[in-house]
Amino acid sequence: MRGGTHAGWTACAVIVALAATACGGSGSGSGSADASAVLSSSWGDPQNPLEPANTNEVQGGKVLDMIFRGLMRYDPKTGEAEKMLAEKIESSDAQNFTVTVKKGWTFSNGEKVTAKSFVDAWNYGALVDNKQKNAYFFEYIDGYDKVHPESGKATAKTLSGLKVKDERTFTVKLTQKFSTWPQTLGYAAFAPLPRAFFDDHAAWVAKPVGNGPYAVDSYTKGSVMKLRTWGDYPGEDKAQNGGVDLKVYTDNNAAYTDLQAGNLDLVDDIPAAQLKNVEADLGDRYINQPAGIIQTLAFPFYDKNWGEGKAKLRIGISRAINRKQITEQIYQNTRTPATDWTSPVLGKDGGYQAGLCGEACTYDPAEAKKLIQAGGGLPNGKVTITSNVDTGSHRVWMDAVCNSINNALGKDKACTVVPVGTFADYRNKLGNEEMSGPFRAGWQMDYPLAQNFLQPLYYTNASSNDGKWSNEEFDRIVNAANAENDTAKAVTMFPQAEKILAEKMPAIPLWYQNGSAGYSERLSDVQLNPFSVPVYNEIKVS
Amino acid sequence: MGRYVIRRLLQMIPVFIGSTFLIFVMVYALGDPVAALFGEKAPDPATAAQIRHDLYLDQPIWKQYLHYMGQIFQGDFGTAFNGQPVTELMGEAFPVTLRLTLVAVVIEIAVGITLGVVSGLRRGRSVDSTVLMITLIVISVPTFVTGYVLQYLFGVEWGIVRPSVSADATFGELLLPGTVLALVSLAYVTRLSRTSIAENVRADYVRTAVAKGLPRHRVIVRHLLRNSLIPVVTFIGTDIGVLMGGAIVTERIFNIHGVGFQLYQGVLRNNSPTVVGFVTVLVIVFLLANLLVDLCYAVLDPRIRYA
Repeated sequence: MRGGTHAGWTACAVIVALAATACGGSGSGSGSADASAVLSSSWGDPQNPLEPANTNEVQGGKVLDMIFRGLMRYDPKTGEAEKMLAEKIESSDAQNFTVTVKKGWTFSNGEKVTAKSFVDAWNYGALVDNKQKNAYFFEYIDGYDKVHPESGKATAKTLSGLKVKDERTFTVKLTQKFSTWPQTLGYAAFAPLPRAFFDDHAAWVAKPVGNGPYAVDSYTKGSVMKLRTWGDYPGEDKAQNGGVDLKVYTDNNAAYTDLQAGNLDLVDDIPAAQLKNVEADLGDRYINQPAGIIQTLAFPFYDKNWGEGKAKLRIGISRAINRKQITEQIYQNTRTPATDWTSPVLGKDGGYQAGLCGEACTYDPAEAKKLIQAGGGLPNGKVTITSNVDTGSHRVWMDAVCNSINNALGKDKACTVVPVGTFADYRNKLGNEEMSGPFRAGWQMDYPLAQNFLQPLYYTNASSNDGKWSNEEFDRIVNAANAENDTAKAVTMFPQAEKILAEKMPAIPLWYQNGSAGYSERLSDVQLNPFSVPVYNEIKVS
Repeated sequence: MGRYVIRRLLQMIPVFIGSTFLIFVMVYALGDPVAALFGEKAPDPATAAQIRHDLYLDQPIWKQYLHYMGQIFQGDFGTAFNGQPVTELMGEAFPVTLRLTLVAVVIEIAVGITLGVVSGLRRGRSVDSTVLMITLIVISVPTFVTGYVLQYLFGVEWGIVRPSVSADATFGELLLPGTVLALVSLAYVTRLSRTSIAENVRADYVRTAVAKGLPRHRVIVRHLLRNSLIPVVTFIGTDIGVLMGGAIVTERIFNIHGVGFQLYQGVLRNNSPTVVGFVTVLVIVFLLANLLVDLCYAVLDPRIRYA
């Protein structure tokens, strides 16, 4: 640790010197960008080891986004999936795909990126013995049930649906038709892996090697990761700066204070307590833009008080919630009232359409009261709202939603909040079907497609369908959209499925979550991608 | 003396076992940690089962406890969920917190006792009442308020220090956090020593010492102070344990990656190996600090002997 720090200081000194000479040489003054300058950014300790198929949260995702490039990549602005390492992905039946990898790509240790790099990585991610938390991403590939059975030991080591044809080609067979499958391949779990990952796993995890615009220079777990621009990066999205130092902060308040004091260049999580001052503090160096996250209130369909035949009651509750007021007053506009079940970051091409929820999501206390009465009234005159309260100021908005409902009904104690202490406990209660009223269901997208917001949450028995809602018509539309060969047409079918959600209201859309960030005067061209991760390679440092 | 120490060490064993078991049960009562590893999504049953098996979580709790204790005696504190051995986390965190505690305790002793002696000797005068007032204010303001205010003033407004502590956490960087951490205890130390001094200053042995013609500083340091320090030492001894484990607030404010940081993160993520491991070490620190305090009594007051 000591040695590393000294090296760090020397590096800093060198960089300062370089920066000074660069500025002096160009003669254009302090405004010019310096391609060798290093910026510092706030970071959280990743929850899992930094394996691509094992990283399911933003902090680890940040690093993977810098050191890996996959077959596809989501455009940081539009969220659209574009080919990165894929030369072509072809299919005649939306079920069998042939993937060709581009020439000339290598990992930062010099090893070539081949078809095998992908197939080996995916096989590793899917195999149950490796305990990869994103294993379910490979569930559509043929043979997944052999390498990842629901219980018991794996009966195969590799996915039978993956076949390497030659150095740059491999084929994929899916278990079902899934026309938009190639567009899911931008997710980090589908990244290629070098042999070093398999040969010396411990060393790789200690200092990951990938094929992205940055390479890991040093990693002190729990405190700092230094990433430096990889000079020989073959892609077109080369880094515009010399590197990034990710510093671990336990408390986003400390990071924000460091930004104010000039010790940190970029904070990508503005503390809730500072939202009121942030525009005054940072001016136009504050970013607040939609992220692919939605919060909803789902209903337990295993409870007869809320399940089948209670659509009016559910819509009534939805109309009793004053979303606008809550997002403005509690969240200072870092949330936007939701008008559908997906997210605006998808854009039209991803299947987002504003206002699909229609009247059912419009605040109207008088109408809400009528609907709730028509739906048989609240069960025993009471409703409880449940969520974990350890993060995300959930307690505060739940109180506000309850107030909103109580005001609409003109009763003081009709709606109450049932807080659950920890997220783990909350997940267990959901898994055991213990909810007796509406509960919080949040969703952060894996890839920018409407399918990802709908199928895992509302399809019959889907992995995150915690309310156990089921609707034949909804399932039929989702199946048809997945089977549609023309991806553009497939995307247009998901809004139809959402119309059914508006009628049946299995979950009340509350608000879309924004990503927020603030940065120092040294930086320019800072933006967040649809996953609310800063696009580091495009940041310019002066 | 030797027998006394051995007896005390033996008494620690049941305390150690009881407290670790309690912590173990409490951490596990928080719920299944594996469920929290999958983000907002429902955990994949096969992967979750595999992880539970590897972490020994599919066994009944008493078996888990025995397994865990067995591991501890082989020097293995298990693995945190991010794949790091807990001993490695301890190796990083404890030296940092130890430095922070040292800074805090030194400030506490130096400033606290001096103020206590000064106000104790001038009982009822304006110095005494001013010190009393100030300590009252310090005690009533919570640490996170003084922490954020001092951090903002020194770090942002005046730019004298960096608002957050770097990964090295050198003594110089820890001065401000150490002061924040010490403030409340410092006030208690001042009040304790003041009362004690004020009482003893009229004791017979002080009058004798003065009558013998000893110089004033010698009377105060050798006779008065030594006899008055017993309650203060008791307080500081337990305070070391409290500061080691209870610096969570200060460590968060100044982004110090010490014990508080690891514990906080461990609790938030239901990371039982980290929490139980760290608390176990803290229990040992507490027990040893108490033993040291008891031994210090004998040094301070020759009338106290241990057999």
